Amino acid sequence: MRELINGAQAIVRGAIDSGCTFFAGYPITPATEILLYMIRELPKVGGIAIQGEDEIASMGFCIGAAMTGKRVMTATSGPGISLYSENIGLAIMGEVPMVIVDVQRMGPATGGATTVAQGDIQFLRWGTSGGYPVIVLSPTNVPECYSLTCKAFDLAERFRVPVFLATDKETVLTLATVDENKLVPVEVRERKFASPQNLFIPYQASSPDEVPALSPFGGAHILRFTTSTHDEKGQLTKSPEKVGNLNARLAAKVEAHVDEISMVKADLQPNAETLIISYGVTGRAVEEAIRAMREGGKLLSSLIVYSLWPVPEKAIKDALAGIRRVIVPELNLGQYRIEVERLVGDGVEVTGIQRVDGELISPEEIIQRGGLL
Amino acid sequence: MSAPVYDTYLDESQLPYFFCPGCGHGMITDHINQALVRLQIDPHKVVIVTDIGCSGLVDKYFTTNAFHGLHGRSVTYASGIKLADPELKVIVLMGDGGCGIGGHHLINAARRNIGVTVVVFNNSNYGMTGGQHSVTTPLESITSSTPFGQLEQPMDICQTVAVNGASFVARTTSFDKGLANLLAMAIQNEGFSLVDIWELCTAYYVPNNHFSKSLLENTLSRLNLPTGVIHQQSRPEYCHAYHQTVVKIAIKNPMPPRLMQTRYQSELKKRLGIVIAGAAGKKINSAATLFCRGAVLSGLWATQRNDYPVTVKSGHSVSEVILAPDEIGYTGIAKPELMLLLFKESLPFIQTQLSQLSEADTLIINTNLLPIQTRARVISIDFNQTDRWAAKKEFWVMIALAKALNSMRIYPIEAFKEAVSARSEFAADNLAAIDASG
Repeated sequence: MRELINGAQAIVRGAIDSGCTFFAGYPITPATEILLYMIRELPKVGGIAIQGEDEIASMGFCIGAAMTGKRVMTATSGPGISLYSENIGLAIMGEVPMVIVDVQRMGPATGGATTVAQGDIQFLRWGTSGGYPVIVLSPTNVPECYSLTCKAFDLAERFRVPVFLATDKETVLTLATVDENKLVPVEVRERKFASPQNLFIPYQASSPDEVPALSPFGGAHILRFTTSTHDEKGQLTKSPEKVGNLNARLAAKVEAHVDEISMVKADLQPNAETLIISYGVTGRAVEEAIRAMREGGKLLSSLIVYSLWPVPEKAIKDALAGIRRVIVPELNLGQYRIEVERLVGDGVEVTGIQRVDGELISPEEIIQRGGLL
Repeated sequence: MSAPVYDTYLDESQLPYFFCPGCGHGMITDHINQALVRLQIDPHKVVIVTDIGCSGLVDKYFTTNAFHGLHGRSVTYASGIKLADPELKVIVLMGDGGCGIGGHHLINAARRNIGVTVVVFNNSNYGMTGGQHSVTTPLESITSSTPFGQLEQPMDICQTVAVNGASFVARTTSFDKGLANLLAMAIQNEGFSLVDIWELCTAYYVPNNHFSKSLLENTLSRLNLPTGVIHQQSRPEYCHAYHQTVVKIAIKNPMPPRLMQTRYQSELKKRLGIVIAGAAGKKINSAATLFCRGAVLSGLWATQRNDYPVTVKSGHSVSEVILAPDEIGYTGIAKPELMLLLFKESLPFIQTQLSQLSEADTLIINTNLLPIQTRARVISIDFNQTDRWAAKKEFWVMIALAKALNSMRIYPIEAFKEAVSARSEFAADNLAAIDASG
C-alpha cells in the first residue's frame, strides 16, 4: 500500500516513532507544518508540543525538557537557526541530546520564505561560538525524512549532542507517493543513563572521547547542568587542565566516532572518471541525470552524502579512487564543495554547479553545466 | 510535629558565599534556604535554574538540582523542565539584568501561568560586568554606562507580570525579615510566581550613588512601588490545563486513514507533468491533492508542489503535479505535458512553462482567458455556461481536472471520485463538479 505525504509529515512520524515526546517551535515558513503536525499529534502519544514566544524560548523549552530525560525536537528555518545559535552552544556545552530540523529557505536574512535553498550547510556546522562539532544529516526525499529523523534521534541519544536534519522547502512541503515499507522505524538507542545505586558525577565520561551517563532532573541523583566551563561535577572552573580536558572531549566524542556517524549512498561505476557528490534535494536530480547518462553509455559515479557533518572523509576518499573530475551541485554558493576540495588529490578537477535563484537544479542542468555530454 | 528531614539545602562545602561584603545576594540565598527548609521538599524534586550575573553564582550553594543557563533565558529552561515533568519544583534565580534581556520570556511565562517561581535579585545594575544600568535603574542614577545620569524610566517588573497573568507577585527588599515566608508562599503557589527583591550592590551602585539601606527603602516609596504580596489570582496552571483540555480534545481527533490500495488501472506509460494555474482561495492545492490521491489509487506515483504568495487569500496559486508509472525523483517541471489555465492571476507565473508546450501537449483553458498563443492542443471550458458553477469558482479546478481525465488517458475518473469521496469535506459538491465536466 502507498500513501501521499510530504516531508513534514514524514519527519513528525519519524520523531514520534523514535520516542519523541516533547516539541517546541515558533512559526516560520517553510517549517511551520512540522510545528502544526506536532501540536496535533504529540498529545495523542502522551507528549507535549508547544509554540514558544520566539525561537529562543522554543530552544530553551526543548533543552530543559531534554534534561528531564525526554526525547525532544524542534524545527525552524535559517532565520530561526540564527536565533537558536546561542542555545546550540549551550546544548553542546551541557551535552543535551536533541534533534533540530532546519527546513532551509532562500537567504540571506528573511530572503525568500517560500523558496528552496541549501544555504545553511556551513552555518549549521559553525553556527555557534567556539567551533565545536555537531552532527548534520540531510535527507534527499520524503522516505528519508522519516528514516533520517529516526537516525537523528539515535545519534542524539548516543552522543548527547544536537543533531540537525538539514532539509529544504522542496522536500518538506512537496507531497510525494511513498511505499509503506519505506517507513519502517529505525531502532533508536537509549541514552546512557546513570545507575541509581552508584555515585553519580554528572560530567564524568568513561574515556576522553566518550559521553557521560545522564541522571535526569527528578531522577535518583542530583544533577548539575551548566553552560559555563565546568569540572566533572558540573561546578564552574577555570582550571586550564580541566577546561582543556572538557573541551577536547566535547570535540572528540563526535570527531573520533565519524565512522559510527558516516552515512552515504555510494553508486560507483567501475572505470568511471567523473564523480558527482551531492546531498539533500539536489541528490534527486543527480540520480536522474546519472540514469539518463548511463543509458547513453557514459560511465559516471554518484556519492550522495547523508551525514554532512562530521564530514565522512573516508567514504568520500573511497569514492574518489580513480576519479579525475568531481562535480558538486548545490543550491548555494558552493558550501560543501569546500569540503570536497580539501579531500581530492592533485590533478583532480572540482566543478561546482550553483543555483541561488530559488529554482531547483534540474537533471538537464547537471548534464549541461557539468559537461557530461 | 516530627523533626524535619532536611535541615538545610545549602552545600556546606561551598560556603562561605563568594559575594562582595554587604551584597544582598547572601541574605537572599539564606532566605531561599529557609523557605525550602520550611517546605521540606525532597531536593531531588527541586531544580534551581540560574541566569547570568552574580545571581548566577547562587545555584552552586544548593544541594538541589541545578541548571545554569544563558543570560535572560532561565525562564525558558525552567518552563521546559516544568512542562516535561510537572512534579518538579522549579525555581528561577535571576537578576534585574536577566529581567531586561529576558523580559519577553517573563511576560509569556506569566501569560501561561506556568508553575515556575522566579526570584529576582534586583540591585539596580549589572554587577558582574562592572555596574552598567539595567531595566530597574532609577532615573538620574549614575552607573558605568550612564555616567551622566539614567534617562530611562525603571521597569515595574511586578506589574509587568501581574497584568499579564501571573498568579502570585510580591516585592520586598533583602532586609525583609519575612522574606523566607514570602518565598515559601511563592514556591507553594501552583502557577507562575515572582518575588522582586530590591537589594544593594556594594561594588557599584552603592558607591556610585551614595546609596544605602534607608535610601533603598526611600527609592521604593518614591517610585511608588509597594512591598509585600501585591497580586494574587487564581487561574489554571499551564501544564495542568494542557493535560485537562488539549490532551483530551486531541485524542478525539485521530489521523485520517492514509494508506491507499491500488484499485484501478492506469494506462499512463511515462511521466506526465501537469501545471494547474489557478488563483488564491480557489481550492487549487486541495483539488490537486485529491487528483494525486486518485492517481495513487490507480497505481501511479504522484508528487505535488505548490506555489502561492505569502498572502494566502489573494494572488496566484499554482500547483505542479507529476504523475508517473515509476517512482519520481526530481520534482521540477521544466516543460509540462498538460496545463490547466483557469485564472488570470497565475498567468505571470507560468509564462515560461506555457511557451514550452508543444503540439503533443494539452492546454485546458477557461474561455475567459482566450485567445491564447500556444502550440498545444486547446480544450476550452466555459464555466459560465451553467448557473450552478458560474459563481462557484472554487469548483472550477475540479471540473477542469475531470475534463483532463475524460479527454486524456491518465487514470480512470472513478479513481478520482473515490479519492474525493474519501475526504468528507465538500465531497458532494466536488462529485457534482466532476460529473458536470461530462
